Amino acid sequence: MSDTIKGDWPLYEVFVRGKRGLNHVHVGSLHAADDQMALTHARDLYTRRNEGVSIWVVRSEHIAASTRDEKDPFFEPSADKVYRHPTFYDIPDDVPHI
Amino acid sequence: MRFGAQEFFRGPGQPFTITFGHRVLLPRENHVTLEPNEWSVGKLVSMATTHSAEAPDRDGLQEHFDATIARDQRIEPRDWMPDGYRKTLIRQIAQHAHSEIIGMQPEGEWITKAPSLRRKAILFAKVQDEAGHGLYLYSAAETLGADRADLTTRLIEGRQKYSSIFNYPTLSFADVGVIGWFVDGAAICNQVPLCRSSYGPYARAMVRICKEESFHQRQGYELLLTMMRGTDAQRAMVQDAVDRWWWPSLMMFGPPDDASPNSAQSMAWKIKRHSNDELRQRFVDMTVPQADKLGVRLPDPELRWNEARGRHDFGTPDWDELKRVITGNGPCNDRRMERRRTAHEEGAWVREAATAHAAKQAARAKDGAAA
Ligand SMILES: [Fe+2]
Ligand SMILES: [Fe+2]
Repeated sequence: MSDTIKGDWPLYEVFVRGKRGLNHVHVGSLHAADDQMALTHARDLYTRRNEGVSIWVVRSEHIAASTRDEKDPFFEPSADKVYRHPTFYDIPDDVPHI
Repeated sequence: MRFGAQEFFRGPGQPFTITFGHRVLLPRENHVTLEPNEWSVGKLVSMATTHSAEAPDRDGLQEHFDATIARDQRIEPRDWMPDGYRKTLIRQIAQHAHSEIIGMQPEGEWITKAPSLRRKAILFAKVQDEAGHGLYLYSAAETLGADRADLTTRLIEGRQKYSSIFNYPTLSFADVGVIGWFVDGAAICNQVPLCRSSYGPYARAMVRICKEESFHQRQGYELLLTMMRGTDAQRAMVQDAVDRWWWPSLMMFGPPDDASPNSAQSMAWKIKRHSNDELRQRFVDMTVPQADKLGVRLPDPELRWNEARGRHDFGTPDWDELKRVITGNGPCNDRRMERRRTAHEEGAWVREAATAHAAKQAARAKDGAAA
């Protein structure tokens, strides 16, 4: 366990599906000795009032993340492609259902 | 080194190092960027190649940070932030987390003594919530590069503080009601504006916490309503608890503004949204009509409605008392710390056993896969 500090349990990130039809959303983190304990702790910590119907936990060290903030060039490729948006296209007002 | 030199990682007078796991990494030029992030505290993040090669200019970063704050947007874990901002947040969030954890004790003492199963169950749920609040906040602190085990050590060694209010004893069951009404009520006053705090994970933890505090406050007030409908002795218990908790509750908002030198910076950073005195005033204004409805007297002869201000005037808390309690000399400081220390030490075998079990399971799974 490379990321344990002073024998502490590893860090897990917790994702909760609030209800059917919604995506899992990141809600926070917790420490646990293993996956099973992480799920149990996540239930006790993040869903004490029916806030979830499904939980994912994943060791934090297994998540790859993009860079520091939205200013970063990493997201630039999407900034100059206005034609990806429906509003880019002029359609006469009298064309229905579009 | 690029962004990594957070004051936080540096011991007093020591050279800059980053420690995690058993490794000590010395930041070098061209090494992967190292910074705490929401996903993995202190982990080497593998997508460093998306950073441009030129050294980022610090002025640009500061400007970007300032502009984000000015636009009332949130700062997120992986954003650049000034060292002072990070340090202030870690201190505030840790202190807040410790308060939730120590705050379990005064009421926890009454779980076994509460007069009915209903009251026991309610109190149990409330104390469990406070544990949850502590954990949400430790989780937020970790996004800033703090380490949870280290924060616990700092609390136990008395190097970090917790709210002064939890150093007062709970002498009767009415105290449980008054804590819910005053202490959780004051916490709500404090925390609702923090839902808009500039640091994203802190603000989000506050949203979660505020939703739960409402139950805490209402169960306390309902408990008191019930006692006030009881006997004279019960009503006297409520009044006695109110008399003892009123002033310490007002002190929860901290020293007066003119004696709170760090507040201005915290407000400029939008970590804090209102001054101590403003929050205290709100609490008084909110609580007075509730006291009337309940039929208790708030123990302040100077308390009266000020028509011109449209707010209540009230007396001055004993700031020397606050100072005494904060510096460790309140009625229960030693007891609270001792209890926290003992719980941590007595839990050591559980933590170790779980770690050993996890290692064994992992080894077994590996053997199974190999076979
Ligand atoms: Fe709380
Ligand atoms: Fe509470």
